[in-house]
Amino acid sequence: MPHLVSIDDVDMRYGGVDGTLAVSGLTMRVDRGDFAAVVGPSGCGKSTLMKLVTGLHIPQAGTVIVAGQHVTKPVSIVGMAFQNPTMLPWRTTLENILLPLEIVEKHRHRLRANKKEYVEQAENLLELVGLKGFGSKFPWQLSGGMQQRANLCRALIHQPDLLMLDEPFGALDAFTREELWCVIRDLHAAQGVTIVLVTHDLREASFLADKIFVMSARPGRIVREHRVPFARPRDLELMYEKEFNDLVHQLHGEIATARMAA
Amino acid sequence: MTVVTEDKTTAVVQKPGAVRINWVRSAPWLYTIGLFVVWELLVIAFDTPVTILPAPSRIFQAIVQYWSPIWKNSLQTLFTTTLGFGLAVIGGLAIGLFIGWSKTIYAGLYPLMIGFNAIPKVAVVPILVIWFGIGTIPAVITAFLISFFPIVVNVATGLATIEPETEDVLRALGARKIDIMLKVGIPRSMPYFFGSLKIAITLAFVGSVLSETVASNYGLGNMMSSAQSQFNVPLVFAGLLMLAIEGIAMYALMAWIEKRMTGWAHRSTMAN
Repeated sequence: MPHLVSIDDVDMRYGGVDGTLAVSGLTMRVDRGDFAAVVGPSGCGKSTLMKLVTGLHIPQAGTVIVAGQHVTKPVSIVGMAFQNPTMLPWRTTLENILLPLEIVEKHRHRLRANKKEYVEQAENLLELVGLKGFGSKFPWQLSGGMQQRANLCRALIHQPDLLMLDEPFGALDAFTREELWCVIRDLHAAQGVTIVLVTHDLREASFLADKIFVMSARPGRIVREHRVPFARPRDLELMYEKEFNDLVHQLHGEIATARMAA
Repeated sequence: MTVVTEDKTTAVVQKPGAVRINWVRSAPWLYTIGLFVVWELLVIAFDTPVTILPAPSRIFQAIVQYWSPIWKNSLQTLFTTTLGFGLAVIGGLAIGLFIGWSKTIYAGLYPLMIGFNAIPKVAVVPILVIWFGIGTIPAVITAFLISFFPIVVNVATGLATIEPETEDVLRALGARKIDIMLKVGIPRSMPYFFGSLKIAITLAFVGSVLSETVASNYGLGNMMSSAQSQFNVPLVFAGLLMLAIEGIAMYALMAWIEKRMTGWAHRSTMAN
């Protein structure tokens, strides 16, 4: 089976020939249905990786292939969510979630005629993330955690094959974060969507992912790939077990080494 | 920035029978009356000649005495100002969107606009007179020229400050530039736009009165310059007072429109 995402020997440099080299010799593969996490020291090009996979940046060298397509322009089969929820304050939460449908080529022409069906879809997603009945509220009436849940709904509404998350829980408090881990775990199980999670939280990566990629300091490349052995469905209690802590410890050591090398 | 704010002091517990004065709400009136009273007293105290500084009572007397020309000229000035301002809104919005559209256009047009804005408009009026003659048209154009710059700058700023994450999310979905502008850029720049209207309307008065003073037979500017040449100083001050009143009224109207159109930008957090 071909991989959903395959990145081969990619170089990406910002700002012309003398600019900073963000990633170099980057190679990684993510299978369909996988939950992959990317961890690494800060400034290692994790966000560049996001932009390469979504086609927002085209690399100077190497190839990025997503769903069998060579990426040369933005790929609309991807949903994205960032740390900053970036909900539009003049739209209700529901209208915010429907926004991608007004953009994606496949849906934009059907939206008006099939509004009801799409709204129903959005309501289902809202219920799935625990925001049932909040669709008519404006985003600024929601708490930070609720906005981030809505943000996930927006990333999923056009039924993407691939969900790219860039530190989506970074700005939340510890309890809300754990709640949302469970939300994302259940979404992954229910929707069968492939997820790539960029994070600096090693416990988050270990709890959620099947595969963890450790990146080096800039210029970023993958230095280590871990298979996470824990069986699904996983419970939050898992985080207090020895194997879990060993994995986190090991990851921590690897990143510390990567930082030293920089 | 927002001057007209809703006051939240109405929830004060009222004692039965006692009429409570809402000081916040009455403050604008009290301060205005206070200004006039102090002014009046100073004029009496220093025995200022009426040709230097007439007392408010003398100015109000002039308003009553010359009501017919004052009313006619006030309407004329209000007309030229509003027309020039209206054109500035259309032009400013169009140019602002155009400039905000791309970095290249922004880079190319911005210095030109600044240079253009730096030209004193009083120097432009004679040129307008050569082109259009004296009267209403140069006044409208001057009001337009002086007031469209803040609108352009604000609309362009609104467009230029779209969060990069929002843009990334949409571009990754295959959004074209026009999509991002329509869905995000334009709604986003509306608070800036409506905010700039408050600045633009006051500037528009400056422009129209300037042009009327130099080159017109109508309007408050013309009325004041002819009153001045006849040493009718109370009438000059009456004209100034009328301008102030028109200015405040139009400003309040713009502030009201701003509040109505972009309520979401003036939300208080977690207000339900």
